[in-house]
Amino acid sequence: MKVVELPARDLTGRLHRGLDVNTGPFVIRIETPIATLAEEVRVLYGEFPLDEGGGLADFHVAVLRPAGPLGLRRWWRQQASVILDEDRPFEPLPVDMAVPMLEWSINWCAATRANQYVMIHAAVLERGGRALILPGVTGAGKSTLCAGLAHRGWRLLSDEFALIRPGDGALDPWPRPISLKNVSIDVIRRWAPEAYMSAPVPNTNKGTVAHVRPPTESVRRAAEPAVPAWLVFPTFARDADTELTRVPKARAFFRLADCSFNYESLGIRGFRTLSRMIDQCDAYEFRYSSLDDALSRLGALPVPSPNS
Amino acid sequence: MLRLLRNPRSMRELSPAEWDLTLRQARHASLLGRLDALADEAGVRSALPARVRARLEAARVDVEQQHRLIRWEVTRLRRALAPAGVPLVLLKGAAYLFAELPTARGRHFNDVDILVPAERVAAAEAALVAEGWEAVELSAYDQRYYREWSHELPPMAHRDRQVVVDVHHNILPPTGRLRPDPRLLLAAARPVAGADLRVLAPVDMVLHAACHLVQSGELHKGLRDLADLHGLAQRFAAAPGFWPELAGRAATLGVTRPLYYALRFAQRLLGMEVPAETARALAAAAPPAPVRAAMDALVPAAIVPDHPTHPRRRTGVARRLLTVRYHWQRMPPLMLARHLLHKVTERAPKDDG
Repeated sequence: MKVVELPARDLTGRLHRGLDVNTGPFVIRIETPIATLAEEVRVLYGEFPLDEGGGLADFHVAVLRPAGPLGLRRWWRQQASVILDEDRPFEPLPVDMAVPMLEWSINWCAATRANQYVMIHAAVLERGGRALILPGVTGAGKSTLCAGLAHRGWRLLSDEFALIRPGDGALDPWPRPISLKNVSIDVIRRWAPEAYMSAPVPNTNKGTVAHVRPPTESVRRAAEPAVPAWLVFPTFARDADTELTRVPKARAFFRLADCSFNYESLGIRGFRTLSRMIDQCDAYEFRYSSLDDALSRLGALPVPSPNS
Repeated sequence: MLRLLRNPRSMRELSPAEWDLTLRQARHASLLGRLDALADEAGVRSALPARVRARLEAARVDVEQQHRLIRWEVTRLRRALAPAGVPLVLLKGAAYLFAELPTARGRHFNDVDILVPAERVAAAEAALVAEGWEAVELSAYDQRYYREWSHELPPMAHRDRQVVVDVHHNILPPTGRLRPDPRLLLAAARPVAGADLRVLAPVDMVLHAACHLVQSGELHKGLRDLADLHGLAQRFAAAPGFWPELAGRAATLGVTRPLYYALRFAQRLLGMEVPAETARALAAAAPPAPVRAAMDALVPAAIVPDHPTHPRRRTGVARRLLTVRYHWQRMPPLMLARHLLHKVTERAPKDDG
């Protein structure tokens, strides 16, 4: 059964106790009494199946409403605070920020714990079984590009995490909501008016933030891995011409390692895993300003030959 | 959790919901990597559910990384201390790792503890500072607490690395009632083959683990400490004469009470086998019956992790009471009063929940 198929009242009840959502590589137990957050979860995570594994979750995220001194926070300047198992890695924030807090918390769990993968901070999309990896520092336009491609024929694997399996080098999908910031929100609204987007939250430490529901097809295929093919380092440059330049493999390796959450933790396995990925991929520097141009240029990338 | 530590093969029988709780408890108690090692030794790893295997694999990666960092740190310490003529004697986790003891398998740790002769502590500190180690940021009060009342220097870390180094001059604080003579420990320390450093003699290693267990302020790691002690004793008991030597050494060092408690709880919680003679020899070190009854109730409640997000009230109360005992054993009453007053006033302004 999918999350969206639960009757609203059941969903609220399950979220009070902890709702196990199977997101592919990880089962997330989401617990919250916050009604507005429950409604966003219902839509953003609607297409994901409820977990039927018998109650074993990988991440336990509770977004609660602290009562504050004298219980005043129940009425005035309501807050949300996150508990991840026994950890409280973040300060409480205004309750309007509950959706971004939930998403950041889930990201934090993976980045700090999922060392069974080599993890790269990157968006990942797939076409014809081959994966496009877009590593990105904040502000490089990776999420915009990701949301753009995900609504024009590319399958979304992930907006934030390239999860590389050290065993065979394939990428496991984790098609959670795509996080958009500031002007990207309107760009994607125009680009994909059919896509559901959560209510934009202003004044976060990343500016205004909104989350796009992952396309249904991506969620349905969340168990299908993809083989790396194109490693593209994007930079958004307003009014610039679209420009795609090859990057030598050695340099691409170090840029990739720089974008990894846990390359060093895996020691020699980390090195071998990234080396294999570099061998499998053609690497490019990509400057873009228009999503239309980007779509056609990236769509025309040749599949790397084994000896390229 | 206890059942798995006693009998790792029972991992095959856990339901997914039981695994959910177990993995959270294990993470909280720093025992996730240990579970992985036990699953491997018991030959059940491949029979576990895929999600459990993935979690244990992630823990294994963490442990391997920690061990790599610790090994590197120890080589750097040796290089820094050798020219100053300070001998390198490892304690606890780093010692288990270099001595290749089975209890090091899957053990999580982030710091290196070393034992230095009291008269060489200043030289050791100077040598480390000269090579780039710095005191981890502490308040002036905490600095003074360490220097005057503790058995170790304020924790240090090299400016380019995260591994914390604790330089000890004893295994218990000088202000407490139990005062084992560290010179005896150093004199009995054993070289590690091929590593140009030493670790405590087997009996001393067990006694240190016992002291650490019953005197430690880190109760959430209590079960890990107990599992360490159990693993050490199991390994060393293979040598003839270990148990009588252990009891005799405890008497020499004046730490029979911690050993009594440690063996008692290792027996009760982990099913450790202690020879009847040893138990009899230590019976004289037992506390008065009411104290023993209180400890029997408090210690398991405090160190056995329960549900991480909703701890039972019993755990909280037991931990508080044991924290009081911990302080009581470490300091004379007046000093304790001063210390607690400082800690309370220091905490008050930021404590709103």
